[in-house]
Amino acid sequence: MESVLALRGLVLLRDSVEWEGRSLLKALIKKAALGGEQVHILGCEVSEEEFRAGFDSSINSRLVYYDLFRDPLNWAQTGEALPGGPLGALQAMCERTDPGPVTVALDSLSWLLLRLPCAALCQALCAMSRQHACRGGGPAAEQLCVLGLLHRELHGPGPMGALSSLAQAEVTLSGTAGQASAHMLRRRPRQRPTLETLWFSVLPDLSLDLQGGPPLESQPHPDPHTPQVDPASHLTFNLHLSKREREAKDSLTLPFQFSSEKQQALLRPGPSPATSRIFYEPDAFDDLDPEDPDGDLDV
Amino acid sequence: MFPELNNLLNTTPDRAEQGKLTLLCDANTDGSFLVHHFLSFYLKANCKVCFVALIQSFSHYNIVGQKLGVSLTVARECGQLVFLEGLKSSVDVFFRAQAEPHPLQFLREANAENLQPLYEFVREALKPVDDGEAAWRCPVLLVDDLSVLLSLGMGAVAVLDFIHYCRATVCWERKGNIVALVHDSGDTEDEENNILLNGLSHQSHLILRAEGLATGFCRDVHGQLRILWRTPSQPTTQRDWSLTYQYKIQDKSVSFFAKGMSPAVL
Repeated sequence: MESVLALRGLVLLRDSVEWEGRSLLKALIKKAALGGEQVHILGCEVSEEEFRAGFDSSINSRLVYYDLFRDPLNWAQTGEALPGGPLGALQAMCERTDPGPVTVALDSLSWLLLRLPCAALCQALCAMSRQHACRGGGPAAEQLCVLGLLHRELHGPGPMGALSSLAQAEVTLSGTAGQASAHMLRRRPRQRPTLETLWFSVLPDLSLDLQGGPPLESQPHPDPHTPQVDPASHLTFNLHLSKREREAKDSLTLPFQFSSEKQQALLRPGPSPATSRIFYEPDAFDDLDPEDPDGDLDV
Repeated sequence: MFPELNNLLNTTPDRAEQGKLTLLCDANTDGSFLVHHFLSFYLKANCKVCFVALIQSFSHYNIVGQKLGVSLTVARECGQLVFLEGLKSSVDVFFRAQAEPHPLQFLREANAENLQPLYEFVREALKPVDDGEAAWRCPVLLVDDLSVLLSLGMGAVAVLDFIHYCRATVCWERKGNIVALVHDSGDTEDEENNILLNGLSHQSHLILRAEGLATGFCRDVHGQLRILWRTPSQPTTQRDWSLTYQYKIQDKSVSFFAKGMSPAVL
């Protein structure tokens, strides 16, 4: 994850319903704040209280929070809503960042993408880095990091592709067997894109714990909620054999099994063929020819 | 409410959590039994319930509620239940003066952009009572169902905005709960419904998904219920917990069992 923070520019955190990305976003914010950067957060999906939960007070005091959750569309008409709606809030954020390293967190980019035209959102994101560069302090590529939380299932390939083309890095969250993984695609100027996979977990204090590789244990642990029910209990038929039945079964020879007893029985001369006779009464339609049917064969 | 479902969800009316969004979803089957469960659950938990019922009539929910041990008529009379009967009041929209706001006003407008009147109705219905003593435990909004709003011409983002404002008011400001049913048609071409379903899934703390069996209709197993617990903001030491059970709906209860363990096949 250190490699992610070393990058600047637009970073997309693509999560899904099963593998949520907000805790990773908060972990990256904590790292940025501890590193002395300014941190600005545009909160749309959860309340400020809920978002700040988990950060300790020293970090919380360093976060500049723009609340778009309470009244994003100005329905309450109290005058407390951020002016200009979602786009205005985004533009206001750009203007208020001071020169120097800045991390901007958008929670979430999906919320903005559903309510703003894709082109306007992309332009606002580009303008953000341009304005930050203009304010001095070096090229924006090194100063500004925009972390955008994106819910994969919500958008079609068009908007996702547009945002991907603007992004310097994309982190796709998934996982297996209870362990989360992040597939990171990084694009650096004049270099080939690199892809790496990291296994991680976010601890309750929002620090990142990186694991070496995928979990070794591939069996699912026994489900504590499902009682271990023996399906062979309380049956209406008998599944077990008594001792006598088992002996009789074991001593039975199968009809098509060629054992030595069978071989002896076949080799032993049986009762004379004269003792077995066939009695046949021909009926009216039979045509019995006493001649030997094979008489004309030259054998 | 169904005691077996309470056991699976590890909750009782006395210990109901607050500030949560529960998403009910059905695919290839009828998930309305979950709506009846939560309606009777929260009434028994002594919560103030605002029920936006767009699918069935009041008497339908009342009859089922009586089988589950609650009387909606009594709850409505004593103020515990605020019931918006969509089927009946949708007709009222056309016979009222246009200036008067109505929660289902969007039916009358050609280009209704949002569901603000419906949100205002919910906000008013669940307003805390100012007599100094909390009569009810916490406010609860129950919606049956949200997919019908899409059929009535609202866009997915408008419905998401409505739920957003309800979450801000009911869940965050007043520490209440929201339970909403959305149908999953399984049709990947129905983009609006998919946006609604996925958008709400990302905001939910609990997702209950009732699915028909993949093998078809069965007399003894009516479907499968997938339960997904989520924590949208907090990291947990173990990942979001998910369980799957099969169920059979009876006259007054629903029995749940592990997959393949229906008493009929053992």
